[in-house]
Order: sequence, then structure tokens, then C-alpha cells
Amino acid sequence: MSMVASAATRAAPAGKRRGYDGVAVTVPVTIPYVRYSTRSAHWWLGRALAELIRGAGIAKGEVDGVCVSSFTLGPDTAVGLMQHLGMSPRWLDHIPMGGASGVVALRRAARAVQAGDAEVIACIAGDTNHVDSFRNTVSQFSRFAQDAVYPYGAGGPNASFALLTDYYMKHYGASREDFGKLCVAQRDNALKNPHALMKKPLTLQQYLDARPITDPIHLFDCVMPCAGAEGYLVMSEERARALKLPYARVRSTIERHNAFPEDPIQFRGGWAMDKDALFDHAGVAPADVDFLETYDDYPVINAMQFEDLGFCAKGEVAGFIRANEFTIDGSFPFNTSGGQLSVGQAGAAGGYLGFVQALRQLTGSAGRTQVKDAKIGVVSGFGMINYDRGLCSGAAILERGATQGEAA
Amino acid sequence: MSNPVLTQFMAELLSGRVKLVDLTQTLTPEFPIIQLPPEFGQAWPFRIEEISRYDERGPAWYWNNFSMSEHTGTHFDAPIHWISGKDQPDNAVDSIPVENFIASACVIDVSAECAENPDFLLTVEYVKAWEQKHGRIPERAWVLMRTDWSKRAMPREYLNMAEDGAHSPGPDAEVVPWLIQERNVHGFGTESVGTDAGQAHHLNPPYPCHYFMHGNNRYGLQCLTNLDLLPPQGAVIFAAPLKIRNGSGSPLRVLALTPTV
Amino acid sequence: MTEPLVKPKKKNPVLRTRLATLPPVPRSRSALGLTRAAAEGVFEMQVCADCGTVQYPPREVCGSCLSEHVAWKPVDNRGELIATTTLRHSNDLYFRERLPWRVGTVKMAAGPSVVAHVHEDCAEGGTVRLTLKLDRSGQAVLHALPEKDTPNMNDAPQLRESTCDPKFRRVLVTDGKSATGMAVARAMLEAGANAVFLGDASTWKTVPAFDKLVASDPRLQVVELDVTDTDSVDRLAASIGGKVEILVNTADYLRDGGILNRKDVNLARDAMEVNVLGLMRLAQAFGPGMCFRAADGSNNAVAWVNILSIHAHAALPARGAWSASKAAALSLSQTLRAELRGAGVRVMNVFPGPVDEEWEQLTPPPKIAPSGLAKAIVKGLQDGVEDVYVGDIAEELRTRLRENHKAVERELGQ
Repeated sequence: MSMVASAATRAAPAGKRRGYDGVAVTVPVTIPYVRYSTRSAHWWLGRALAELIRGAGIAKGEVDGVCVSSFTLGPDTAVGLMQHLGMSPRWLDHIPMGGASGVVALRRAARAVQAGDAEVIACIAGDTNHVDSFRNTVSQFSRFAQDAVYPYGAGGPNASFALLTDYYMKHYGASREDFGKLCVAQRDNALKNPHALMKKPLTLQQYLDARPITDPIHLFDCVMPCAGAEGYLVMSEERARALKLPYARVRSTIERHNAFPEDPIQFRGGWAMDKDALFDHAGVAPADVDFLETYDDYPVINAMQFEDLGFCAKGEVAGFIRANEFTIDGSFPFNTSGGQLSVGQAGAAGGYLGFVQALRQLTGSAGRTQVKDAKIGVVSGFGMINYDRGLCSGAAILERGATQGEAA
Repeated sequence: MSNPVLTQFMAELLSGRVKLVDLTQTLTPEFPIIQLPPEFGQAWPFRIEEISRYDERGPAWYWNNFSMSEHTGTHFDAPIHWISGKDQPDNAVDSIPVENFIASACVIDVSAECAENPDFLLTVEYVKAWEQKHGRIPERAWVLMRTDWSKRAMPREYLNMAEDGAHSPGPDAEVVPWLIQERNVHGFGTESVGTDAGQAHHLNPPYPCHYFMHGNNRYGLQCLTNLDLLPPQGAVIFAAPLKIRNGSGSPLRVLALTPTV
Repeated sequence: MTEPLVKPKKKNPVLRTRLATLPPVPRSRSALGLTRAAAEGVFEMQVCADCGTVQYPPREVCGSCLSEHVAWKPVDNRGELIATTTLRHSNDLYFRERLPWRVGTVKMAAGPSVVAHVHEDCAEGGTVRLTLKLDRSGQAVLHALPEKDTPNMNDAPQLRESTCDPKFRRVLVTDGKSATGMAVARAMLEAGANAVFLGDASTWKTVPAFDKLVASDPRLQVVELDVTDTDSVDRLAASIGGKVEILVNTADYLRDGGILNRKDVNLARDAMEVNVLGLMRLAQAFGPGMCFRAADGSNNAVAWVNILSIHAHAALPARGAWSASKAAALSLSQTLRAELRGAGVRVMNVFPGPVDEEWEQLTPPPKIAPSGLAKAIVKGLQDGVEDVYVGDIAEELRTRLRENHKAVERELGQ
């Protein structure tokens, strides 16, 4: 029997895992997105770092750890960016995990802060979008994609998600109307988010009537590639309080890569392996969650996250969607920024979008997108269609720490 | 010191009273070449490759490489070409005395007979009858057989191949030694692809023109054209082959000087 | 059901000819193992020697047990078509011009799930046959085909992009007068070619079988062509170069003789003139026109066929000069392949064993009938492969060369 086939389909209990006591996540920052940018990724990442420093009210040199995610930074890596930005951090990480980057960056940074390897870590993600960036990124995304996917019509992620959406709809009972309901709700949410690139309302009929892109994917199932950057800071609660910064605490996190390789096609993500560890470690249940920010490059992956994170059982997503409202003031506040589907997908920053929005919710800075009394939020990430499926999954349960007033 | 004969000659030429006739076929890749059984070695046809033509290969000049056999196009046969002439003195194109490159010519018009019979063979009798009409063949003169073969369609009619081989006119086995012994001719020339008839391998000896002419240190010219522009007697032929070391023959420009009146 | 291909209309001469684009080219070196298999027309994937896992996409080490011993082997090509999509948008110019385009996920009986081009006659959820084909870029791609052949299936536009089917195409047979040339012409007509141009280098020679063939079908047209004559080749290209969609170079000069048993290099030079420089002349004259028309409708220019010999790979000393010319032609064909690849015109090399014709009179059987050789050429074009080995002798030598090329060298020299 192969090692792959013998891999556990459910993670071992995480009883001995240490908590994230004393860690604060703070200063949610978004550099407003644009459809196309003539700048390079360095500009966007530099702007995010500057905003973080300004928002925290600290000196540049006080940031002693940096965590970077970007697709368009090449040929530079995080190290090159440090010289570009004149930084001398004692802790540096580069997380090339696409849509899982926001959660994974938190996991790395939180442990570094706990261990004392760094005191203030700036987690930043950003990408530029030149007119031809997207095609270049997609055509050179990975070796497996280059060898075994891109030559098949060069549909990029649309084609990969079309295949798994086709399979999912046939086997798990979700319909276009169900996906449409999520997209419409996200658009409603986006209309309250000044950063969202989509400014017009979307009706279910418009969603259903949209032109097909790659069956069954239609126009409003797709994100719009754009340029932008997101960031947040990780530091000790002590430091956050000293800086009078509102912050969120970390209750639990998970990550998983290349889960369920034996599945003939992706119908579930790594969360299905780790969700019990996630909630057990946090000491909360899905019912306790006030809002959910998922990685939403296509609606099908939202449906999978509902199931695989335990908000409903596998195969019951249609009923779950039909039973809930997903707007900010709905029964299940979801992707309250509007998500990538309505805000735009700024490359690796798309993997930070939900996380930064969750921080806003939990630090009371979400403005018109604020979910009333939000105390517990779940952020999940998903990334890297290396071949035929997304390989990286992650999730974090965050809770409200000190708000502006309390921090003072 | 000018020579009055040459001076006179140039004056005649310039006045047009003596005319130059080009007896040469243009060298082209498609010009037919003698076909031997495929298991024998084969003569190369004319082939040409451009070296440059005012382009990146040579910006201000045009020139070509070409290749062919010694027996391609309008060409000269030296005695060494045939086994019967292999031991003759001065038998190769480089050693033939240059005086031999100029000679007078008799043109025997057999075109009417050839139109009737592509296998027409020139006989002693025919030549004698011709002499009756046009006078005796002088010593050391080229005998050129006008068949109008050069006017035939290339390559099919010209080679005129059938299942039993080529069908084209030539001299018979008696007339060639007769021309040598009785008239001391300089050589024999034809319009077709060889000095011998297409079916000459059936004569005795086979290929009598090659066999006797070269065996007696005489020469051959073939693939001639424009013989119809020459008088039966009185033309002078300039036929100088390339000076190829030990060459058995050579493509060449054959020019005839002929009186216009 | 695939709609049968319609005979293309005469070209509208005032419309711009669409230039060739290529599907994505880059592949990892491991993935070029698929290209090798596709070029040879076999279905192979990497199989772990230690745990038997079939690998896909191609890997450096086994994705299951991490063994480094992953060798290319034939595997079961059946699978279930578990998901499909029809692309109506693509990031790539080549596909944009050919939308809609159907792809799908096939769960192979051999293990892996693969993304493949999906034939229009394949039903989702059904069993499919996977085949490795070269796409227009010359790289391997998987095509999912119906479990059993369906009517006109080769006419499906997606599949036709990976093949060089003579149907409705115009073919130049460079030496149409040889036994092989005549057989190729017949096979092309049978395969539905719109026209066959028969090159004739010896118009002075009457060959009754040739005359009979020419009279048998109005699609046949005799053209003067001597591949040793640059001018002749250029003239023909100027005349019909814009119509040749498949060129089959049947011109061959075969004579016995090695090196020491001959006094001169004339025979070798004649062989080189025909077999090597002839190929080069043809390529220089016809290649550009074929590249220009490489995306010109359903009867676009697609293939260049060289009839080489198994002795292009291993010299037959009794025909040393000829073998050398075939080896040189093989080498030249690789350059030609590289140069035509930019337009997507395929170079197919045919490696027959001895063919039953006059110059092989003394060769003992088995010999390939010219008609058998022609049939293999047509099949190779329909399958879209690059290398075709024809006959038992060619296949045997090919196997023996892989096993011990020194043994082949010694034995051929005896």
C-alpha cells in the first residue's frame, strides 16, 4: 500500500498543541485596489508596510520581522524586497501559498512572537497587475500546471475550477442558483465596502444570465484580477496595549497541504481533515461563530468551505445556502467585505483579504460592513492550483481582543 | 605588324559579309543528358546554385556555382573518351593541339529523312550523293549531320526513348571509317545527345562513330544547334574545349563563321 | 456524433490568411517523456519500479514511495470521464482562435486523474480511451477518445488539430514515378486527399504503370520535379507551393556500394544530391509556403514526410554511401523539424526496412510492399506521429539497436 493511500483522512487530535496566548493581531491595512497598475509589486508591498508603520505609530526600525507573499515580486524574493525597502529585520519569511497566505503568515508570525524571535512582525501581501500579468502568472504557475494543465486550452484557474465545479454540482447537489445566492449576497456586502472594485448591485437574474466562460463557470463566478495590497501586524498583546492598538486574539489555526491526494477530483479541501482540531483547540463550535470570511475565488470553493469547516454536512450545502442569508446583517454573515468576487483579486493579497476584513470586524473598524457584536470570526484560506486542485488550506479562529477604547 | 588576312577577316566580320552563328545549346538544368542503364555510372546534368545576387551573400555581385559532366550540353568529345582512342597521342582536351580547334565544316542535311525515320543512319552512299551536289568533303573538315534534332521538344522527343532504348539518327558503321580513310575528316558532329545513333549499340562495332573517330584520334561534337543556318560547305568552326587536365571532353561554346552570300 | 468534415471551399483570395499560432510549448524535461511516446505513437507513463504506482503528471521520483526508479512503460489507457468543461475563453492565442474547446478530467483505471482534451463523442461519466498525441506545438497532450471508434471521429476539429489526416488535403509526392511514389499517391487518394501532385524527374521516360495511374483519377496531376535541380524545385514551388498541405518526399537514390569497393565518390555524391540536398532544396522551396498556410482553415498545411530507412540509424555497409545519405537526411530532418515547429508543421520520418522494389532485388524477404509502406505513411499521418517504423526488419533493428547497437553494427557488417 502506498504512503499516500494510507494517510489519515482525519488529523490526529491536537491536544498537545500550544495555544496562541499573548499574541495580538492588529492594524488591518488595505492599499486600495486598481484594475491595472503600472507600478511593480515592490510599490504595493512598500505602501502596505508604510501604512502598517503609520497605523501602529511606530518607527520603521521597530518592525523586526516581515512576512511577504506576492506572485509578481519576481525576480526578487522577500530578501530583495528588504533591501529595496531599507529594512533590516531579524526574522523574515516568504509564503508562496496564494490564497492560504494570510492564515499561514499568521501561524508563522504568531509563533515567532511567542518565541521572542521577533517583536513586531509585518505580514504583507500584494501584487501588481499589468495588462499581461495574469496570463504570465497563469502560464508559468507551476511545473505540473505547465506540463499537464495549461496546454489543455490555457483556461487557467477558470478551467480547473470549471471541472471541479462540474463534478461538485453533479455529485453534491449544489445548483447555479445556490452559487448565485452567495455571489449576490457578497455583492450586497461589497456595496458597503469603499475598497471594492465592483460598485453596482448584482441580481440573481443577472448572475444566471451572465455569459458562460468555461461551463459551468459564468462571468460572475469569476474574480477580476487587479492590483492591490493588504497587511497586518502581529505582536504581543502587551505591546499592542502599550501602543494603544485595538487587536484580535488567535484562538486556533490549521493548515494542510495536498490533502486527500487519492480523491479523483477535488470535492473537499484540507479543512475536512483538520476542522475538528481547529474547533477543539479553539474551544468553540461552528454555531458560536459570528461571521465567516472564506477564500472565494469561485463560489464552489465557498460551498466546500461551508461543508469542510463543519457549518453543514457534506452534500447538504444546498439546503444550508437556501436556509441562510449571507449579507452582513443576515443569519450567516459571510465574506463581509464582498470577497474577492466583488472586491477584486489582487494576486496574493487575495489570500489576505478575508483575514484583514476579519481583523476589521474584530477591532470594530469595519465601518459600514461591520457585523454587529462580532466576537468570534473564522477566516479560511485556500490556494495553489498546482495541478488539478487547490493544495493549500488553512483556517483561523479569531476573537475580539481589545477595541480602541479598551486598548486605551 | 598587322596581317592583311586578319585585317580583311575583321572587316568582313564587321561588315556582316561573314556572319557568326552560335551552334551552342544554352546550359540549363533541364537540358537532356545521355541516359545509360541505371547500374552504370551516370554523367551529371548541368546544375547551378547561386552564390550571391547583390544580397547578404555578396552585396554588389552576382555569381553561381555550377556542376556538370564533361559530356553535358553542347560538348566536345576527345579521343581519350573512348577505349579505342586511349593510347592516341595528344588525345585529351588539354593536350590536343590548339590548331585543331578551328576547322572548316561540311553540313549534311538529313533532316527530311530523319523526320520520316528517327533511326536514320547516314551511309557512304548518301555522303557520296551529297558530294555530287555540294562538292567533295575537304581534308580535316568537320562533318556535321543536320537532323533538326535540336528543334525537337525537350526532353521527351529529343531523347526519344522507347522500351528498346533511344531512337535518334547517326552514322552507320561503314561511313565513319570511310570518312576517316577516304576523306581524312577532322571529326563528326550531331544535334542529338551523342555522335552515334540512339540504337548504335546494335551496330558492329557498337557505337561506330565513337569507336572509329576516337580510335583514329578524331573528335566529336554533339548537342549542336542552328546547323540549319550553315551552308553545306564553307563554314569555319571554332570549337575549343575547356583545358581540363586529361579531360575526355568538355562543354564548350561552338561558333561558326559563315559567309552571308 | 461528429459531423463529417466538409470539403473546404476554394480559398477566398482577398481574405488575409490566418497565421499560425501554437498551443503552449514549455514542458519540464520529465514531461518530454510524454512527447517521446506521442511522437512514436505509444501510450506510456512513468511507472514506479518499486511500488508500481503510475505517475502523472510526470515526476522525478515516485509520488507514492519516493523511489527514483520511475520508468516509461505502456499503461492501461482506459478511464472514466468524471468531469468536463467547454472553454469559451482562453488566455492563449492559439486556443482563442479555436474556441469552444472541450477538456475534462479522466480518472484512469491505472490510477491517476488526468486533464485531457475531450473528443466531442465522449459522454461524461462514461469510459474513454486516452491517447497521447502531439499538438501543433509538437508537444504531447492527452486526448480522451470514445471507448469505441465513432463515425467520422477523426474529423472532430479538436482531434484534427493533433493529426495530419490527408482527408481533403493536397499532397505532393516528390517522386511520383517510383513504385513507392505511385503507392503513396494511391493511398493518399484512398484516404480522401483532394489532390495529389506527382513529381516526375524523368519526363522522357515512359512508365506504363505511371501512365495508367495518372489516367485513373482526376485528382492526380503530374508535375515536373527533379530534386537535384534547384531551379526545378523552385519553379514547382512557385507554381503549386501554396497548395501543398502534405509533402511526401519519396525521392530516393539507392545503389549498392560501400567505400573501399568503389574507386570514386560519384555514387555517394549522387545519393547525397537526391537524398540529402534534395530534401534541403525541397525544404527551402516549399517550407516557407507551408509555414504560411499552417493555420489556413481545415485543409491547412500540416505535414512533411521523409521516407528514410532503418539504415539511417545503422549503416548497411553493402550500401554504405546510401546509408550515409539516409543518416544525413535524418539529421537534416531534425533541423527541419525544429524550423517548421514554429508554425506547427509536423515532420514525420518513415523508417522502412527493405522495400520490394528493383534496387532491393537481391535482398531476401521479408520485404515491405510499396503499398504497405504507403499505408503506414497514411496511418502515421492520421495518427499524427513523428516516427514510423515499417516492417518486421525495421522493428527488429530498432529493438536491437536499443539493446546493443554495437552488436547491430557488427552483424550488419558481416
